[in-house]
Amino acid sequence: MSTAETVDNSRRDFLYIATGAVGVTGTAMAVWPFIDQMNPDASQKALSSIEVDIAPIEVGQAITVVWRGKPVFIRHRTEEDIKLAVETDVAELRDPQTDAERAQKPEWLIMIGICTHLGCVPLGQKPGDVKGDYHGWFCPCHGSHYDSAGRIRKGPAPRNLDLPGYKFLSDTLVKIG
Amino acid sequence: MGHHESNYQPKWAIEKWLDERLPVIRMMSDQFIVFPTPRNLNYWWTLGMVLFFFLIIQIVTGIVLAMHYVADSGLAFDSVEHIMRDVNWGWLLRYMHANGGSFFFIAVYIHILRGLYYGSYKAPREILWLVGIVIYILMMAAAFMGYVLPWGQMSYWGATVITNLFSAIPWVGDSITQLLWGAYSVSQPTLNRFFALHYLVPMILAVFVIIHVWALHVVGSNNPEGLDVKTKEDTLPFHPYFTMKDLFVAISVLGIYAFFVFYMSNYMGHPDNYIRANPMVTPTHIVPEWYFLPFYAILRAVPDKLGGVIAMFGAIIVVAIIPWLDTHPIRSLRYRPIARIMFWLFVATALLLGFLGAKPASGWYITASRALMVFWFVYFLIILPILSRMERNNDKLPGSISEAVLGKSDDAAEAR
Repeated sequence: MSTAETVDNSRRDFLYIATGAVGVTGTAMAVWPFIDQMNPDASQKALSSIEVDIAPIEVGQAITVVWRGKPVFIRHRTEEDIKLAVETDVAELRDPQTDAERAQKPEWLIMIGICTHLGCVPLGQKPGDVKGDYHGWFCPCHGSHYDSAGRIRKGPAPRNLDLPGYKFLSDTLVKIG
Repeated sequence: MGHHESNYQPKWAIEKWLDERLPVIRMMSDQFIVFPTPRNLNYWWTLGMVLFFFLIIQIVTGIVLAMHYVADSGLAFDSVEHIMRDVNWGWLLRYMHANGGSFFFIAVYIHILRGLYYGSYKAPREILWLVGIVIYILMMAAAFMGYVLPWGQMSYWGATVITNLFSAIPWVGDSITQLLWGAYSVSQPTLNRFFALHYLVPMILAVFVIIHVWALHVVGSNNPEGLDVKTKEDTLPFHPYFTMKDLFVAISVLGIYAFFVFYMSNYMGHPDNYIRANPMVTPTHIVPEWYFLPFYAILRAVPDKLGGVIAMFGAIIVVAIIPWLDTHPIRSLRYRPIARIMFWLFVATALLLGFLGAKPASGWYITASRALMVFWFVYFLIILPILSRMERNNDKLPGSISEAVLGKSDDAAEAR
């Protein structure tokens, strides 16, 4: 009977909440390894950079290389490609970027060749491919059109084609990643 | 209904002994032998048994296929060809599994439309309906991941497009997609985990099937008149009346299934999936499996990435919440002429969206998809709630199930 009189309720509440908080934190910490194991592992991250010799690519040609399991488009742009891209009114674009922001050197356009809508590889690399309404790339899956700077112009894709980190090691050698 | 009195009498001493410890025979007898079932059920009520058969077929063929399949991006495609050419009866097992998936969906779509037509989602069957929706979503997850396993072109690009749906989520989308892939694109880690999950999901699905049957047996079956069971005369025992009817239909459907397995083995598949997956080249025209086409058409109808994804998931959510959208007191559309017309328009919409989902995303196909998508949502969110208030009660509604079956007897007339 005397114990009932001396119960400190605020103390009880504190202990109750503190125990609950420790329990929740502990559970979250125990669950994390089971979720994080699904993230890209060390062997995936290790494939993070490649070097590409771009000397053999003639003006107007394009090649596709593999980086982190993804296609990377390297296009040696013609004067006309560059002119079209530079003269575009940036303010009208869905994802406004100038041509200078898209290409470190105007004649070389290097982008990840994956449509920003749902991940298909757009057409436009090969001479016979459909290039879309803006002389760039066309995604056959859901009809996104990209211009000659890889900027989204028409269709459902939300963003311009993503740019990988890259650096020109020399005039003919580029490091991607 | 579920609480009808048990009339099970253990005959042998061992039965009695077991009954006092674990009344499993009593439960089977109560729930699947004498279970009172509305006497007026028509053939649309036989799909449950058909679905049960296909679940068993999928699990059994799946377990044996897993003994030969290799979940490695370098070997998966070859291991499927190995199953087709080298493994004893491998061709049969694989065709049974692939066509079994399609038939599972045919049966579930008829089952769902039956529920929509006869108002089987209305009180007190809301939980039964929601559990059914969970089963349907688990089926879609299992089917999607299973389709990735052969690692053909459609497998690979289907997986890419569907996993990229999650990249539409603001802020965390890209992290979630990488978490799903275990890489920076669909690749070996993705295939390996999809195999693990493809094996797991049907087990979870089987548990939900048990919950579905449990919920059904608490409230009892709905029926074509949509009337509650009132007297014993309204029902018949489940066995032999409905076991035999269900088995007859299940065996007939299995006959059609066998025809597909043996003579039209690849009819519901896509030829491009016999081309090895190539991460560098997207097929010019990607289509999902036929059972996803209406939702795929909705995804493509919206000219915005996040919007398309929301519309696609929304199209399933409105079906899930129909018990709270259609609150008209009459269950069966037999006695709701206006709602009946709207229902058939909805069915036509779903079929046409399926047709459009298989077409390229351009020109009038897109325009038509948009119009039909709008009707899909209007049907659930506007037409059904309005009809719930406006549509008159029908005086042709019979007083009871027995009256509907046997005609109004003198006794029944007097009782009134």
